[in-house]
Amino acid sequence: MARMTIRDKLALLSDAAKYDASCASSGTSKRTSRDGSGLGSTTGSGICHAYAPDGRCISLLKILMTNYCVFDCAYCVNRVSSNVPRARFTVEEVVWLTTEFYRRNYIEGLFLSSGIIRSSDYTMEEMVRIAETLRAQGFRGYIHLKTIPDASPELIERAGLAADRLSINVELPTDASVRAFAPEKNPGQIRSAMARVRTTGEDYAETSWKGRRRGKFAPAGQSTQMIVGADAADDATILGNAHRLYGAYNLKRVYYSAFSPIPDASAVLPLVDPPLMREHRLYQADWLLRFYDFSLDEIVTRDAGGMLDLDVDPKLAWALTNRDRFPVDVNAAPRDMLLRVPGFGAKIADRILAARRSGRLGLDDIRRMGGRVKQALPFIVTRDHSPKGSLDSADLRTRFVKPKQMELF
Amino acid sequence: MFAPRLPRIGTYAAWRDAARGLALAGVAPSAVDWGLTGETRSMFDAPLPAGEGQLLVPKAFLDLTHSLIPERSGRGMALAYALLHRLQGDPSLLGNRADADVARAHEIAKSIRRDIHKMHAFVRFREIAVEGDRRAFSAWFEPDHRIEEETAGFFADRFGDMDWQIVTPEVVIAHVAGQLSLEAVPSVRPDGDDALEELWTTYYSNIFNPARLKPAAMRAEMPRKYWRNLPETRAIPSLIAGARGRVSAMQAAGPSLPAPQSLRRKVPTMPEHPLPDAAPPGDLATLRHLATDCTRCPLYGPATQVVFGEGPADARLVIVGEQPGDREDIEGRPFVGPAGQLFDRIAAEARLDRSTAYVTNAVKHFKFVQRGKRRIHQRPNTSEVSACRWWLDREVTTVDPDLVVAMGATAMGALTGKATGLLKRRGGIETMTDGRPVLITVHPSYLLRLPDPQLRERETELFRDDLVRVRSFLEDPASLRP
Repeated sequence: MARMTIRDKLALLSDAAKYDASCASSGTSKRTSRDGSGLGSTTGSGICHAYAPDGRCISLLKILMTNYCVFDCAYCVNRVSSNVPRARFTVEEVVWLTTEFYRRNYIEGLFLSSGIIRSSDYTMEEMVRIAETLRAQGFRGYIHLKTIPDASPELIERAGLAADRLSINVELPTDASVRAFAPEKNPGQIRSAMARVRTTGEDYAETSWKGRRRGKFAPAGQSTQMIVGADAADDATILGNAHRLYGAYNLKRVYYSAFSPIPDASAVLPLVDPPLMREHRLYQADWLLRFYDFSLDEIVTRDAGGMLDLDVDPKLAWALTNRDRFPVDVNAAPRDMLLRVPGFGAKIADRILAARRSGRLGLDDIRRMGGRVKQALPFIVTRDHSPKGSLDSADLRTRFVKPKQMELF
Repeated sequence: MFAPRLPRIGTYAAWRDAARGLALAGVAPSAVDWGLTGETRSMFDAPLPAGEGQLLVPKAFLDLTHSLIPERSGRGMALAYALLHRLQGDPSLLGNRADADVARAHEIAKSIRRDIHKMHAFVRFREIAVEGDRRAFSAWFEPDHRIEEETAGFFADRFGDMDWQIVTPEVVIAHVAGQLSLEAVPSVRPDGDDALEELWTTYYSNIFNPARLKPAAMRAEMPRKYWRNLPETRAIPSLIAGARGRVSAMQAAGPSLPAPQSLRRKVPTMPEHPLPDAAPPGDLATLRHLATDCTRCPLYGPATQVVFGEGPADARLVIVGEQPGDREDIEGRPFVGPAGQLFDRIAAEARLDRSTAYVTNAVKHFKFVQRGKRRIHQRPNTSEVSACRWWLDREVTTVDPDLVVAMGATAMGALTGKATGLLKRRGGIETMTDGRPVLITVHPSYLLRLPDPQLRERETELFRDDLVRVRSFLEDPASLRP
């Protein structure tokens, strides 16, 4: 076969990387290169430099170091039994692509993942070498390294010192699914690795008796991803698992990735269209759990089938089944109740609390503040509005559900 | 009527000076016609008042005005002045987002911030050939508003080691040899390209997942007006057109036969964790290894890992606690959390050397409920304790100590078969089913939870006495035989 050009490799190794949902470049420590000695900066908030026609943000150069892999995970395009062409970047090629893209303001930095070649430690060390080379050349942009669960602690420590974020994918929502579809992966080992990232980060965050820190270990924290729709796990299981992961390992994010068709599929997983709406609802529920003080049982329960409502968002679904908690008086309710109103976000709740001091609020006031009044209307009382009977009407739910298109007969 | 005319570069500082003078003179917003140098003046403009004295504004106002002054039509400047004027009589005005002026100001500010953000994101540099060490790049960008001054710092922070210029229709931002400068110069869009644009477009095309086609979501964040200056967008029409076909082809192709080389390979086994340092010889290492996959009770599900006992395999003393806590679950070692640290401190006071003892727990997985971001400890139930006794019994038999210490009711129950009456039984030495002596005491976390400081001190003393008894027993077993 003719020698591959860097363009061939880039096509192959970015195509293979697109199933990782994360593209975040936010939340890291602030750096600049204003002194002229290096390249790059981070501001704490991420930047999306382009959007692909799938509507997803392109913030980082998201590539695999190689798509050769010794594992045989059924959901993965790079599994050893797949017939896709294989390629491998050298350390220098990745460093060159990252800095040249960065200089042209195409990207915020690098998200490097890889198939497992030879051994976990060998693969991890090659990835760490790329990050370390970038830093040694004065690169101050964002680096996200995928961490291999059973790589040695020394390598994970080096990875965290060079990178802004580390991530280890739990891959699937339950241990049983991981065993079934990723036979060489060990769920317990994945959890231990996340635990080690947490403790190493905490050790580095401690100051010495002189008040000094040893260095910055993964300042943008760690994240993980699970594939949704490849196994039979319901939403209650998925969110329960995510909820535990947040608590145990201090994760910044759990990403949910709708299982999507891959070329050269495995026989054990059927190729259906990805469940995008389900993925969206899971993210909404995840937000309610983390920022809106909802508990898991309030959002989804096994008794109710264990699945989120696809037609309405989880907050509206909660409001519709808990109508006795409404209407909420916008001019009197405490913050935690304002947060429960469909159509009000955390910012709106704070604006309402501040504006209430200047007088009683009406619907126009809330609209000006950015609240979604149409959504909130049946659930609130304001100076000039009361929902009256609409809160009890049997067809309240149907008002929020887009009618399905009728077929011509 | 006043008609301040502000320079194109240094607009914000000039606006601030003029606004300060006007506000101090009490000029009504309707009497001011704001504009840039060169724009026509009204016929009746008077010289601007110098204004004397101090003007106090909340910090939020300064932040807000930075996002109002660049507004292109000039309404932003006028609104910023109107707010300044009203703030003099109503200092808390900005807190009221329901106020029409405040709401309008935030609406303008939001569009300016978005314009700034999109400029940070969508500037595309092209390399230009120059002599010398520093590489040089140039970009063309068309912002909606006059945001050049607000964005220049971002690019200077980011591209410190190269020379560059960003040219907009009205301004040239230049960064040469580390010096940032802005000049108001009218320019037109240049032609040009860069060798990397082909590679960038290759990346853009391949990172796109055709099974998730959502062009409207893309256009919402990357509106068409930016496309002509973004090289990668030339690939969009063909990517959209081919998407559905690619997915159908994947689905139609169905599963493929495994790659031939994969059938020949040896199925790799994951290397196990290296055992904690100097694993004692004999059966303990095997036990520990077997325990890592334990599923004898449901607690293995949510926990991170088994926390097995540790210490010398020939220890004369085995200390048994209840179960690992949050910290132990994360680190995989027993007695490293707050209760473990308290134990170490009191043991040292009792001159009992923990490192000579084998320490373990009655239950080897962390049991908890999730509350928000915290994991709250839950006491293991009887069936969990008895499932885990399988391991505890083997640990004790293998180490074969002279004395076992049961800390807390759970350990006491697991070792003696009876879990009630802890406080009555504490301090006593009982016998295990195999005849081995067990000293009963409380769990150190009990001391941590006592709210009354006096009671805590008394209980800590009793606990220390128990540990002293342990030491005397080890020194002379006959002295304390039950």
